[in-house]
Amino acid sequence: MTEQKYTIKDFKSENEVRWCPGCGDYAIMNAVQRTMAGMGIPKEKFAVISGIGCSSRFPYYMSTYGFHTIHGRATAVASGVKMANPTLSVWVMTGDGDAMAIGGNHFIHTIRRNIDINIVLFNNRVYGLTKGQYSPTSDRGFKSKTSPFGTIEDPFEPGQLVIGARGTFYARSIDSNLKLSESVMQAAAEHKGTSMVEVLQNCVIYNSGVHRDLTDPDHRADRQLILEHGKPMLFGAENEKGIVMEKGRLKVVKIGENGITLDDILVHDAREVDPSLHLSLINMSLPEFPVAFGVIRSVDAPVYDVEMTEQIKSVQQTRKITCMDELMKSGNTWEVTGNGNGKPKDCPQKELK
Amino acid sequence: MKDAKVIELEEVAIRFSGDSGDGMQLTGTLFSDATALIGNDISTFPDYPSEIRAPQGTVGGVSGFQVQFGQKQITTPGDYAHVLVAMNPAAIKANARFMNPGGTIIYDSDSFTEKNLNKAGFQTSDPFAECNLEDFRKIAVPVTNLTRESLKDFGLDNKSVLRSKNMFTLGLVCWMFNRPLDYIEEFIRSKFAKKPVVVDSNIKVLHDGYNYGMNLQHMTPTYIVHSADIEKGIYRNINGNHATAWGFIAAAEKAGLELFLGSYPITPATDILAALSERKDLGVKTFQAEDEIAGITSAIGAAFAGDLAVTTTSGPGLALKSEAIGLAVMAELPLVIVNVQRGGPSTGLPTKTEQSDLLQALYGRNGESPVVVLTASTPSDCFFYAYIAAKIALERMVPVILLTDGFLGNGSEPWRIPDMAELPNITPRIAKDAASFKAYQRDEKLLAREWAFPGMPGFEHRIGGLEKNISGTVSHDPENHHKNTEFREEKVQRTVDLVPDIELCGDEDGDVLVVGWGGTYGHLISAIRELRKEGKNVSLAHFNYIKPLPKNTAEVFKKFKKIIVCELNLGQFANYLRDRVPGIEYHQLNKLKGLPFTVNEIKEGVNKLLEE
Repeated sequence: MTEQKYTIKDFKSENEVRWCPGCGDYAIMNAVQRTMAGMGIPKEKFAVISGIGCSSRFPYYMSTYGFHTIHGRATAVASGVKMANPTLSVWVMTGDGDAMAIGGNHFIHTIRRNIDINIVLFNNRVYGLTKGQYSPTSDRGFKSKTSPFGTIEDPFEPGQLVIGARGTFYARSIDSNLKLSESVMQAAAEHKGTSMVEVLQNCVIYNSGVHRDLTDPDHRADRQLILEHGKPMLFGAENEKGIVMEKGRLKVVKIGENGITLDDILVHDAREVDPSLHLSLINMSLPEFPVAFGVIRSVDAPVYDVEMTEQIKSVQQTRKITCMDELMKSGNTWEVTGNGNGKPKDCPQKELK
Repeated sequence: MKDAKVIELEEVAIRFSGDSGDGMQLTGTLFSDATALIGNDISTFPDYPSEIRAPQGTVGGVSGFQVQFGQKQITTPGDYAHVLVAMNPAAIKANARFMNPGGTIIYDSDSFTEKNLNKAGFQTSDPFAECNLEDFRKIAVPVTNLTRESLKDFGLDNKSVLRSKNMFTLGLVCWMFNRPLDYIEEFIRSKFAKKPVVVDSNIKVLHDGYNYGMNLQHMTPTYIVHSADIEKGIYRNINGNHATAWGFIAAAEKAGLELFLGSYPITPATDILAALSERKDLGVKTFQAEDEIAGITSAIGAAFAGDLAVTTTSGPGLALKSEAIGLAVMAELPLVIVNVQRGGPSTGLPTKTEQSDLLQALYGRNGESPVVVLTASTPSDCFFYAYIAAKIALERMVPVILLTDGFLGNGSEPWRIPDMAELPNITPRIAKDAASFKAYQRDEKLLAREWAFPGMPGFEHRIGGLEKNISGTVSHDPENHHKNTEFREEKVQRTVDLVPDIELCGDEDGDVLVVGWGGTYGHLISAIRELRKEGKNVSLAHFNYIKPLPKNTAEVFKKFKKIIVCELNLGQFANYLRDRVPGIEYHQLNKLKGLPFTVNEIKEGVNKLLEE
């Protein structure tokens, strides 16, 4: 097979992109298109599926096969696409309303089955397309048009749902870090099973600056921990800070203080099957901790569409029935010979013109 | 000892009835299969409660299975049973109203204890008098004790012994109707192949039941029903849900596509999912989704990706799927949605039959959302209409709703097995020319678009729930939306060229035309035959194609003085006809009891109209 050579341009459609100027979605699309161009897969093998919301307009801006479906159901539609043709590279573009609220059920069950699709969750913690209502990932107390006095409910942490649903791949990125986004998308694409990439994204109109605490250049290095498999969990402008485990809990330390050396710092193991530490990393939040980014979890497990194909193959190896004619005549049948004057059962309109 | 009384009949209906744990469904099914195998035409009707194990001995827990068989065409399981097998007093109470006057009741006299009579709600110690069954032939058989005696050397525990009671009654009934036991024995042997004790004990009880009948000839009448004179061919017994499942496999094979079913278990449709799950040997992909919505949306995804895609459900599930059906309408993808109707609204009567989802199928979505609507009319022709539903969907890029019902889905009848070669061709509208392909370019005549799916190089395109222009770009242009809305409706209407003209059973004109659709066919045709035999000038127009209606519908209707639309709802098809075929007075016969019509009810309704 000849290696396909694509550039990012090959994945842009003729449609005018209509996200608001300054929207974080542009950067995410850029990362996805770069990733696809580098995968060496023929373009017609990509299917991009979305639900409803700003991010779900995504397929229209791609030159691949695309399907803009209905609110919350993209993961279920994508599952059907993958089962129909397991050789496709199937991507779901979804938002915090689409995946965490109306589509929550499909989201957890898709992850539980570990069907080989890639989910990109654009998390701006607000409903943008319907003009600014709070979402299931909005912080408690968030004021919006439908919560003028602040919300009185706690948000979902998407990564916790992934772990709770026995997910095999979870990565977190942020729209402002294109390089990171591209690298986690690539890892997601390579992972066999359901990959969930959460991208923290800014909504310039309804929730501008929601991630400012993380992106502020003065504090960025202290507030973002970019995890890499096999590398120590270091952060800070000089990589002077790190994460250690103390009495079963994570703790931020400074190298050189209280006798801490580099050897004390936890080394990230994304491939550890036990999800406990991954969950602790997902849960880290400001101000006590930096927020974890990168591929937090990537483990091997049986893949639904592979199992489905294998099961059919293995049944067919010893099958007695190979076609419909054989099936219909199998089991308890009997022959009516009669004396020739038998009539068909009255059932009008059986003839098809 | 007197000789056995021999009763010769053209047709007989037997109702097996007992606690839902008594194995009556299996007993009925085995008897029916054995009966079909010796050449009688049959029709069956399981009638069971929605609770898997309702309190033992209560009327609510009674499970029944009725089979009618005969030497002529059998189109219904029979309004009333000639023979009732009752395993307990509750079975008498539940089924008295389904008995043919002067019929025979065989009952397990051991179970007619004071406790069981109380549980069944009888006030006295004579349940037969309470149910006005005095002049019936009643045969008391101590089934429980005889079974116990039969198995005394097997060393089985009491529970296992009692579980074999149904085999004793089955043996007894087989003797009465002169059915050979070999088929049933074979079934027991293969079903319990790994448990030789179960095989031996069940076969022993079965034979003891048979011999009991033979030895007590003075008590039990025997019946002779000659085999039926039906079309030559190879036959099998099939129920509607199985036939539906197989229709789709046949369609996929004919169309050269893989079959995908996305579904969520729901009574009474689950057996279609189960039947297709068995067919990994034929490459069928089945997906038990997390809910009804994922059932249909996964199927829509599979349709987008090039499979013959199907979703199956019953009433409440169709409601949940309605938004997604709209997506399939907008995306113009081939999709078949099966609704095995049950009593509604809400959870309604899950195990009972009804035809009250017709308007939901036609209109139950937001926006102008036209789909093709078909219905099957007998258990075995579910195969044919599932096949045709797939053909229309694939050839016209349109969602098709197939309406069956609990009566068809669970009922069974002998089916002459077709050859694949006899079935019409299916040619999916797969796009061929990438250079000229546009997602919503329509065939001028059919108005159907072409189908291109991921994996086909050069055809990359985007579709979705938003209104589009020809090339698949989102469009809010007012003229475009108006035109496309008309196109989508007209595309459905133009499938009429695949719809055969309506054919009447009876004369082309007359006093009364009986109009029906779907699963009421068997009872309607039986009533029409009887009425015509009585000299009444009555015909039947039975519809399988609801949207669009056959082209000649108005023309046919106009030749009759009166029209009566018979359906198991409050008049949904009648209202649809008032809209689509106006200028005619439609009388109605409606029933909402969770049960099929009886032939007598239909005859009464028609006779009343004739007298008016």
